[in-house]
Amino acid sequence: MTAVTPGAATATELELVQKGAFDFDWNEAIRKGAIVALTLAFIALSGMPVGLDDRSLIEPILSMGYVALLWVPFVLGWLSGNETVLEGMAATKRGLRDVVRGDVIGFVGGLGLSLLVILLNAFDLRDPLVNWSPQLIELLQFDRGQGFGIVAWPIIGGVLGAAGAGLHLVSPRLRKAILSAVITVLLVAIFETFIVDVIDFLDDLLYEKQGGLKLVAAIVIAVVAFIASYAGAGRAVGQVRSNYHQATGAAKKSQTITFIAIAAIALIVTPMITGKITQELLANIGIFLLLALGLNIVVGLAGILDLGYVAFFAVGGYTTAVLTSPNRGEDWPEWFPIMPWWGALLVTIVVAALVGLFIGAPVIRMRGDYLAIVTLGFGEIIRILFLSDWLNGYFNGAQGITNVPAADFGFAQVKGTDPRSVFYLVLVFAVISIYVSWRLERSRLGRAWMAIREDESVAEAMGINTVNMKLMAFVVGAVLASFSGAIFAAKVGSIFPTSFLILVSIIILVVVIVGGMGNIIGVIVGAAVLIGVLGGPKQPGLLAEFSEYKLLIYGALLVVMMLQRPEGLVPNARRSRELHQDEFLQDAWLKGEVDTDDDDEPGTEVQGALA
Amino acid sequence: MSHLLEIDNLSVTFGGLHALKELNFHVDEGEIVGVIGPNGAGKTTFFNMISGMVTPTSGDIRFEGESLLGLDPNQVTQRGIARTFQNVRLFANMTILENVMVSQHCRTKQGVWGSLLNTAGFRREEAEIREHAEKVLGFFGSRLVGYRLEQTASVLSYANRRRLEIARAMATKPRLILLDEPVAGMNPKESAELTELIGKLRTEWGFTIVLIEHDMNVVRDVSDRVVCLDHGETLAQGSFEEVSSNPDVIEAYLGRPLEKQS
Ligand SMILES: Nc1ncnc2c1ncn2[C@@H]1O[C@H](COP(=O)(O)OP(=O)(O)OP(=O)(O)O)[C@@H](O)[C@H]1O
Ligand SMILES: [Mg+2]
Repeated sequence: MTAVTPGAATATELELVQKGAFDFDWNEAIRKGAIVALTLAFIALSGMPVGLDDRSLIEPILSMGYVALLWVPFVLGWLSGNETVLEGMAATKRGLRDVVRGDVIGFVGGLGLSLLVILLNAFDLRDPLVNWSPQLIELLQFDRGQGFGIVAWPIIGGVLGAAGAGLHLVSPRLRKAILSAVITVLLVAIFETFIVDVIDFLDDLLYEKQGGLKLVAAIVIAVVAFIASYAGAGRAVGQVRSNYHQATGAAKKSQTITFIAIAAIALIVTPMITGKITQELLANIGIFLLLALGLNIVVGLAGILDLGYVAFFAVGGYTTAVLTSPNRGEDWPEWFPIMPWWGALLVTIVVAALVGLFIGAPVIRMRGDYLAIVTLGFGEIIRILFLSDWLNGYFNGAQGITNVPAADFGFAQVKGTDPRSVFYLVLVFAVISIYVSWRLERSRLGRAWMAIREDESVAEAMGINTVNMKLMAFVVGAVLASFSGAIFAAKVGSIFPTSFLILVSIIILVVVIVGGMGNIIGVIVGAAVLIGVLGGPKQPGLLAEFSEYKLLIYGALLVVMMLQRPEGLVPNARRSRELHQDEFLQDAWLKGEVDTDDDDEPGTEVQGALA
Repeated sequence: MSHLLEIDNLSVTFGGLHALKELNFHVDEGEIVGVIGPNGAGKTTFFNMISGMVTPTSGDIRFEGESLLGLDPNQVTQRGIARTFQNVRLFANMTILENVMVSQHCRTKQGVWGSLLNTAGFRREEAEIREHAEKVLGFFGSRLVGYRLEQTASVLSYANRRRLEIARAMATKPRLILLDEPVAGMNPKESAELTELIGKLRTEWGFTIVLIEHDMNVVRDVSDRVVCLDHGETLAQGSFEEVSSNPDVIEAYLGRPLEKQS
């Protein structure tokens, strides 16, 4: 057995057996190894490693292409050590066993790539599999021939799997320090363009000319991050956070205000000191954040699964374009005005609200899946209308409306060539949208929406006019989306039907779900992370190199989130309150607030009988 | 004088099943009327029709002299009829306070602008909603107030969920409350206490009540009148003593298990 477990080759077999090092579920480990193998093969054949190989992370040893593969055995090795501990049972003791298991998993996964190397050399399947290429062969063989590749992958996999699993053995503090060292180096390497854009002089200091961290710089960063984490930087942040959570009343309020003030200053100052790339990025995040905030009201609060939300973005963009551009379609009557951007915005809001009513009225009486499918249809219908020959005289079909002028505010002009101005405009509207979401959530309307989301029939029986309320959510969502459309028109300077594909709806929905449905902070985090890092439907994010695989990653992320963390990155307070109910009750008990009624928890046994 | 609630020849069929056949029935202001009958008799269906969730096949329902036919459930609630559900249907992820606040929706009117501008009217209305909510919850003693206000309904004990359902119905400021098996699943002590509270709903709050209940002690203690249904048919109406001594009723209750055994 030891022959196939290179990571554990130092100890003799006898010793290992005595310590129970092989005492784990081998079938399970091999099954997980097979998962690693399949994942690796899938990633390899997706073209990601080859496509990203040019992008050096740490010169000359590591390229992004390899990172796309190497994380798999490491993460699976770590996950293999996460055993569920049944209540009342002792957790199994950590030990060499974990490492050996991680090693086996990584090894089997590596074997998968070895097999792939053999197959790649033996057959030519370029026809069905586009990425079955000589470049992939070279990459998987490390340019050193078939034999090297076949031997290397199981060893690499085994080492990484064992390392991942081994993380369970070290103290939490050390583990954190190691992870933060690795992650910091990777982040600094991956976000090179962004970091250089913000802080110019780092370019020569940290990075090689052709891109990628200097090896020395990487080591220095790793050491610094390690020491900082080990010395407790992370805990300081954690302290601030738990202080905030425990604070109540005035203290909490003042802390909140401080936090908002810091965030506001940071947001206002950042685009002043950064270069164009960052400004553009922030502007794009803002545009999608506006959309996500609107959709959050519709989906997150009222529970209406609207898959055609892009329609309102399109209506906002087109209305603004038609009202401001001299190049709008020729069939508009003479008297139809051309106006400045802010005037057009007012009209756009009204039009969006009307379109919201118009689409909403027939749709809103449906529930659940039916509604989702119908909205999906409406989303496409709107785009196809803008594209159609029938309305060609108004919207120029596929040519779109060009020459949309900058939004002129007298003291400033907002246009695409000046992403900073776009960002500030977006910021203003984001603040408006956040305020709107925040106020509505805490009002009579917000409560009614939540009730509808929980149980529509009961909400109706409790006196809520569900049709009106849902329609209102739809209209508010439409108006918020139209803000975004109006800014988008001024930013891009032209409006085409292809900017409003169904994909936009889906990406916004993913932003809302991944961020945390029904939670404003969550939506902000979701937009920043997804649009900022991965990019929008057409807009590049920080990982511009990934743009080809963006949809793949969006999809994978959605699946993983749904399975592992359905409440989103930043869960709604309501949800976390549920999750921490025990602590909550304990606090209440300590404060002497507990219900002293002896009959407080009865009837659980009859519950089943009744159902 | 006309009755508060009048039911004329009310019938409904689901596919070929006559869930309710030609029910004639009335409730006067200030009454507590019990509805009894074996499982599947059509009691809940009767409530569903009053509250607008099921449309009758024929017959009429009049409340304060006006027909309720064709109204949506929310309009019925607006008219002043509130209900609870047999299989407790709270807004589980909303707090206890929110559950009771949201059911005042049809009695309040602040919209988008009030909320956004935080107008004086909006703040006043919010304060009133909250005050009324706490008053209603206070009706059940200390169980649903204090720290509980901010807890989600999902954490409540079974008996407390039933109480919260009643509180939620009370908060709609109704004239008539329909209680569907309010003490089901409660222990004898709790159900005795709730029986007393149901009496207070009439004396202190001025509600008229129709309640469906299988627990005959409760029905006997609170009801002025009782109607017994079986297979959608009205078997008997009258005082509890009259109905409970009616041979058809006795047979409906006793006959069923015997039939099943054979
Ligand atoms: N929406 C519906 N569609 C079809 N059949 C229904 C519907 N609602 C009720 N029924 C049927 O009508 C009959 C009466 O049901 P109902 O729920 O009114 O009985 P119930 O008297 O409340 O009984 P229980 O004491 O068990 O609550 C049952 O046979 C039931 O299956
Ligand atoms: Mg029933």
